[in-house]
Amino acid sequence: MVPVDYYIILSAILFTLGALGVLIRRNPLIIFMSIELMLNAGNLAFVAFGRSYEITKGELFFNGQIFVFFVIAVAAAEVAVGLALIVEIFKTRKNINIDEMNSLKG
Amino acid sequence: MTSELIVFLVLSLVAVSSALGMISGRNAVYSALFLVLNFVTVAVFYLLLGAPFIAMSQITVYAGAIMVLFLFVIMLLGAESLAPANLLPWQRPLAILLAVILAVESIYLVFVRARSDAFVAAPDAAVNSMDNLREMAMILFNQFLLPFEVTSVLLLVAMVGAIVLTKQVKGEKR
Repeated sequence: MVPVDYYIILSAILFTLGALGVLIRRNPLIIFMSIELMLNAGNLAFVAFGRSYEITKGELFFNGQIFVFFVIAVAAAEVAVGLALIVEIFKTRKNINIDEMNSLKG
Repeated sequence: MTSELIVFLVLSLVAVSSALGMISGRNAVYSALFLVLNFVTVAVFYLLLGAPFIAMSQITVYAGAIMVLFLFVIMLLGAESLAPANLLPWQRPLAILLAVILAVESIYLVFVRARSDAFVAAPDAAVNSMDNLREMAMILFNQFLLPFEVTSVLLLVAMVGAIVLTKQVKGEKR
């Protein structure tokens, strides 16, 4: 028996680390990975709350898991487009330092 | 202290330290591998929370497909390590301070203001059975049919978008 609060705290810590990664890193690929970490932290909270509801009510409850399923699918789509953008920026500029990406037009 | 709590604490230690390794690694390949470890740990958390289908999706989609795509792009671009640029020297301490504030705030809110007595127990055989998965599929394909189809359209749009973005136009000088 683990209190559901512990899972929420873990999720909050992982989310904070992801936000910190977005703020301090200059490599757009690592910033992207930090965004994935934040999505993952949210997913963990969803599943933990769903399981807690299931145990409290004593009946099956899948809405939390189904939401996580959709988040995983959307994250896959996001990664495909984002990495294509990064590759394209690299091809036009020969550099992917985030500090130099200050104009929309390549 | 039950065995389940011990498993939880050890796994959360692994999860937090692999996340720290991810954001502090000098080499982007190491960061990606730390993130794979983090995703696998979260998949074990899903198993502990009685969500075996989500755990397997996590491993195949996240730790498998998405991270392979990341590693592929990192090695394709040769972006393992970029030269450090210190255009804003005050940014890093400020970011760490703000992150600590965010963490303390959320821990305070969960533990002091919104403390709940709810527990999550380890799944028994019934939770991991095939009937349970069938039940989840029934809900997914009845109650959530429209979001499911919209997701498939979204994946199609992302695929077409990625191809169009990286396509070389014939005769275009780069």
